[in-house]
Amino acid sequence: MTHALSPSRRQMLAAGFGSVVLPGTLSAQAPAQRPTELRIGVTTFLSGPASVFGVPGRQAAEMLAEEINREGGIGGVPIRLFFVDEAPGIDHLVGEFRRLVQNERVDVMFASISSGSCLACTPLAEELRKVTLLWDCGTQRIFEERRYQYAFRTQANATPEILAPLLYLMKTRPDFRTIAVLNQDYAWGRDSWEIWKTAMDVLKPGTRVVAELFPRFGATDFSAEVTRLLALRPDVILSTSWGGELDTFIRQANERRLFERSTFVLPLAESSLERVGRTLPAGHIVGSRGDHWHQHPRPANPQALQRFVEGFRRRTNAYPIYPAYHMAQAFSALRAAYARALQGGAAWPSDAQLAAAFNGLEFDSPTARMRIREDGQGLEPQLIGTTAHTDRFPFPVLDNMVIFPPELVTTPVGQNSVAWLRTLTPEILARVPDAIRAG
Amino acid sequence: MGGWFQDNGPLLGLALLDGIASAALIFMVAVGLNLVFGVLRVLNVAHGSLFAIGAYAAASVGVFAASAGLPAWASLPALLLAAILVGLVLGPLVERLLLRRIYDEEPVLQLLVTFALFMILEDAQKLIWGVQPVSFSTPVSLLGTVDVPFGADVIPYNTYQVILLPLVAVATLAGLALFLRRTLTGRVIVAVTTDREAATAMGIDARRVFLLTFTFGAMLAALGGALSAPTTSLVPGIGASTIVLSFAVVATAGLGQIEGAALTALMIGIGRSVAVTFAPELEVVVPYMIMVLVLLVRPQGLFGVVETRRI
Repeated sequence: MTHALSPSRRQMLAAGFGSVVLPGTLSAQAPAQRPTELRIGVTTFLSGPASVFGVPGRQAAEMLAEEINREGGIGGVPIRLFFVDEAPGIDHLVGEFRRLVQNERVDVMFASISSGSCLACTPLAEELRKVTLLWDCGTQRIFEERRYQYAFRTQANATPEILAPLLYLMKTRPDFRTIAVLNQDYAWGRDSWEIWKTAMDVLKPGTRVVAELFPRFGATDFSAEVTRLLALRPDVILSTSWGGELDTFIRQANERRLFERSTFVLPLAESSLERVGRTLPAGHIVGSRGDHWHQHPRPANPQALQRFVEGFRRRTNAYPIYPAYHMAQAFSALRAAYARALQGGAAWPSDAQLAAAFNGLEFDSPTARMRIREDGQGLEPQLIGTTAHTDRFPFPVLDNMVIFPPELVTTPVGQNSVAWLRTLTPEILARVPDAIRAG
Repeated sequence: MGGWFQDNGPLLGLALLDGIASAALIFMVAVGLNLVFGVLRVLNVAHGSLFAIGAYAAASVGVFAASAGLPAWASLPALLLAAILVGLVLGPLVERLLLRRIYDEEPVLQLLVTFALFMILEDAQKLIWGVQPVSFSTPVSLLGTVDVPFGADVIPYNTYQVILLPLVAVATLAGLALFLRRTLTGRVIVAVTTDREAATAMGIDARRVFLLTFTFGAMLAALGGALSAPTTSLVPGIGASTIVLSFAVVATAGLGQIEGAALTALMIGIGRSVAVTFAPELEVVVPYMIMVLVLLVRPQGLFGVVETRRI
């Protein structure tokens, strides 16, 4: 027995008491010992309609954790995942977040898919002084309304995800005059329309909005909406819907020949392509909440992308969709942050030291090199393309792809998205990169 | 007013078509719930799960039929077959193992038990069919579209939705009415619905009636799901959204009222499609506005009868 390695009873009591009573600031800054395992709490949808994203996210997390552990872990420490279902609601999620941090003693939290979940978890992360990576949620409000020391987003947010398809539309179909929107009636559906309309009003003033349709969240039938759109014949139909609702809308629109009358802009449809198959005709605009695409024309590391895609397919029998890529980005950022914090043989980082490592951090996604800005927001490119049918796949692929650099479409640090969008001018179109044809 | 109709008449006509198609599906689900509540006096929250399982089962049977090389028209009887299978398997199982034990319990307990069953069946769906959307649109593609004139334009409608579904709903309504009023078994069910104690005193085996009615109700829920499967993508949670609307129909119609369920489904279906056409922001609240308005005027529902409370 050595005195140095075995803490005395008094030290043990003090440590236990301190962990309960000491303010988070002190415990977060206290030097940390190298743990036997790195515990990561992951909040995601495991049930309900959004599990179409949450479950692929979990599958990707499990696959990546196994890979990392096979390679010796992060900083030599194996990782262990703790999953929490977001579906029961915010109160449940907040309780589970607190439980994971305080009872399970997780080292890092990955939160969440729902914007509402992120808006609730981020202040809690700050209160608990626990590094939290916002791995998938889209709300742009988080880092625009407050500064956080412990929260970081490892992907883009709603503003670039909506502005990029608008710019793509203006570049490829500049003569549209009328538009209709059909979005789900909840925060994402309403917020994404506000972003689109704000930008459209300054970049293409005079465009007439002929219908604003917000069917209830979870709707299973869009027949009446399709009828309305058939009768109105807008030049463009925008829908930021996702999951089963987007699939149903695409099917019903196709069965009733709505695609022949209007150009569709579907910023989240990458996640539906494999399911809807050829029901989605060629010639419509699709986005992927980032530059995620298994047939990415210019990935930063083609071998890494192929390894990720094939590994995911072997595991799930499906191509990865954007939450799987977003999960990969969160793991990549975490590894890069630990590598940075441990640089030069430094001791295992405290929560505060780990958080400091995320500022300005650069890391690789399966398709690009990414960076986390000083406000905690990740800079992620946006890939938008037009659907095309080929013999290689039984579902539409993307052609005429434009990869938008994040600096072009992301709100600058310290600015509010809606206010920034109002300052845009049509000159921004000149800076849109050229389209890339599918290989 | 006349000018408004002149301007918007064609649009209103389209909305009516959509409303009728939507009402057909709403009726198919709500009528089973209404029947079960009328006879068993148990508000079955798990009715939504039976709807969802019927839908998933129809998709599975349909996909199996296609992979077995059966012709496309076989997808239509496949829907019916799936509904019958689900009703015959789950109906007796749930009634015998669960409901039979709580008939004399407080309504709150009955609600909690069926809610628990709903949660269990939701998880069972995820275990069997996963969480990714499932679709089976062969019957819709098979029947094609019918073009409805709209001024100088035409609006294509799915034949499946605007013709087949309303026909099935009308056939179900007529069949149920005939069954309940013209057959011995139907009359026995009506007798138990009207006065369980008196019917039992007359020698009717109420337990058998309960089993029969619940199985039939489960079959109707599954048929509603099976018929909706070709029109939508099946995802976790479809049962929950269905049951909420069905409750609104049952409350508005009056408990145990078959014709009331049909009329209410029609009001709600048309109300929603008219809202989508002329005031989209009201679409979500229309079913509940109709329910509140009806219950304010007739608290017992459109076709309900005021019951004497026995002490």
